Amino acid sequence: MNGDHDDDDTGNTMTTTDPAQTADTVSITAPRSTGTSATRVVGVAAIVAMAWLVAFGLGFSPADRDQEEAVRILYVHVPTIWLAYLAFVVTAIASALYLFTSKQSLGWDRAAGASAEIGVVFVAVTLVVGALWGRLTWGVFWQWDARLTTTALLFVTYVGYLAVRRLGGSHRQRARRSAVLGLIAVLEIPLVHWSVRLWRSLHQEATVLDTDGDIDMDGLMLFSLFVGVIAFTLLYAWLMMHRVRAMAMEDLVEDRGLDAALAARRAEGGA
Amino acid sequence: MSAAEPASSSPVIVLDEVVAVLGRFPALAGASLTVDKGEIVLLQGPNGAGKTTLLRLCAGLLPVERGVGTVLGFDLATQRESVRPHVGLLGHQNGLYLDLTVRDNVRFWGGTVGATTAEIDAAMARMGVADRLADVTTRTLSAGQRRRTSLACLVARRSQVWLLDEPHAGLDASGRDELDATLRSAAAAGATILVASHELERAGSLASRTLDVVAGQVDAHRPPGASR
Amino acid sequence: MSAWRVAWLIARKDLRVERRSRVVTNQVVPFAGVTMVIFAFALDSDAVLQRVAPGLVWLATMFSLLVLVQRSFAIETDDGALDAMRVAGVDARAIFLGKAIALAAELVALELILLFAAVILYGQSIAAGSVVLLVTTLVAATCGLAAVGTLYGGLAAGFRGRETLLPLLTLPAVAPVLIGATRAVEAALGTAGAVVSDGWPWVGLLTVFAVAFGVGGSLAFGPLIDE
Repeated sequence: MNGDHDDDDTGNTMTTTDPAQTADTVSITAPRSTGTSATRVVGVAAIVAMAWLVAFGLGFSPADRDQEEAVRILYVHVPTIWLAYLAFVVTAIASALYLFTSKQSLGWDRAAGASAEIGVVFVAVTLVVGALWGRLTWGVFWQWDARLTTTALLFVTYVGYLAVRRLGGSHRQRARRSAVLGLIAVLEIPLVHWSVRLWRSLHQEATVLDTDGDIDMDGLMLFSLFVGVIAFTLLYAWLMMHRVRAMAMEDLVEDRGLDAALAARRAEGGA
Repeated sequence: MSAAEPASSSPVIVLDEVVAVLGRFPALAGASLTVDKGEIVLLQGPNGAGKTTLLRLCAGLLPVERGVGTVLGFDLATQRESVRPHVGLLGHQNGLYLDLTVRDNVRFWGGTVGATTAEIDAAMARMGVADRLADVTTRTLSAGQRRRTSLACLVARRSQVWLLDEPHAGLDASGRDELDATLRSAAAAGATILVASHELERAGSLASRTLDVVAGQVDAHRPPGASR
Repeated sequence: MSAWRVAWLIARKDLRVERRSRVVTNQVVPFAGVTMVIFAFALDSDAVLQRVAPGLVWLATMFSLLVLVQRSFAIETDDGALDAMRVAGVDARAIFLGKAIALAAELVALELILLFAAVILYGQSIAAGSVVLLVTTLVAATCGLAAVGTLYGGLAAGFRGRETLLPLLTLPAVAPVLIGATRAVEAALGTAGAVVSDGWPWVGLLTVFAVAFGVGGSLAFGPLIDE
């Protein structure tokens, strides 16, 4: 838990003792983009899947008997919340891997951070389109339903997690702090969910509409939902790959900044 | 605590090309030094040279970013928690609870290592805060009196390595003499003391060695073959 | 020195600081009292107040929790004492437990005052048969609140922006306590026809919460305050 080894996984292998050399390394060519052939393949696949989603979600699939056209919102709403949960699970697993593997690779920390960022965006999308769907189906934007309430608290919890990631300090400090918090969130979310469920089940008030969002889907509707899940999974994968690489480059830039700063610091004394 | 007792021949503090950062600023840009048991070493240098960072690093408060450092045989990269109980740091802040009395403070800090009442009284007496000042609220003390209280806490905590940042600042003449006497007797009793100070004529007479800290760098490995 | 003894030492120290400085007595308690009064301005109806009184008691407690936690860590960072404890190698679990115990003691005192205020201001009455439920709820909820507050207070201590970071982290985390403690107190006070037996499932929730954050917090506190 207390390791502060040199960071060896940013690809930063420069020696640090020679100021002249340090000055050189600042200008070494860095990768100019976070794209690789893998990201391009995933990216194109995501675009194609999204196009399919538009075609099936808005075009080929029929309107629902009860919800009518509003059902189309679910093809975005459901996949985003699934992916958001997946993203937060990834954050938790990566946090645990950072803390409990002997190497304490910063790669896990970046994966945790990137996944949480994407998860927060997806939850935000879920909440917004969910509110629109609620207005059309229930007649209100918001209901104090167990799932909605948990989702809202989930959103705030991970916004807090991202705020802690930005507190500053060295990479190792950031990594350890946020990894611990990433695991505490795993403790928090089930408790929140449990309490909210208990609250709603004991205080069952008449819902605005009979449906709680679960509808019998079949044929094209189910297929559209399936396309949505594929499309957003690809989008998640694509964003993850880019974001993790971008974060690695940010860390690298800061490390190079450290080398330049070291050189400047040493020069202060005329040494 | 006995587990931490280094072999008598091995140096207490060894730093080799240590780099430490505050945020993204490399406050230490390559510090190398060796300090033996019972030495009083003076660190001198202008403000911002990295003296305070060096002391905090030796206290196990900062991670070693690059290079290698050990205190009492503990690695400053991986065993910082183990270093801390044996080290006393007196920085710009005194680590006191300002709403408590002098006696409460010394009792609390002594209590964290299970010090006896006799030890606590002795520590207060040694730093001259025993009688009139003992039951005064720390907030109302002068800077020098607070410093002496803080040193009394250090004594009560039985630290083996003392890291003192400008310890003479704010002390009057008699306070300084008392401090010097305390430091000498502590060193004679086996404590290793690092003092960062501007006041060379004062601290210089106290120290067994003086090291220059310049732009985050120190180069003071013991000359090969030299022994104390 | 065992961690428990050091924890006890730290808790006694915190309470002694409070006894000498009287910040909680002179500032936090009046703050909580004023909160109870302005709730009445906002809701503006005796019937509504009577219905929501348990919730208001816990809301006022949450707000006071934030102030108490800030204060609890301000005394540690004022003169670098938290740093000094880290230098001294004081067991982080002991720091967590000690500060949480002191915070819990202050919270219980505050909650009793707020309950009393609810009886006076919001027309609540406490039946003898509900005292056991009420006391159990107070204890369980307080332990949970103190654990979460200490955990995030320690994380935010020493950073710029801690005043805003603390509520952002704490309030979502203590939402289960707000829900559970409010329902349990409603049951104890018979609000809106609730009966005492309705309260016990909530006490179960509060207990699980307190244990989870007590254990999780004492494990996580070290890595969080140690940079």
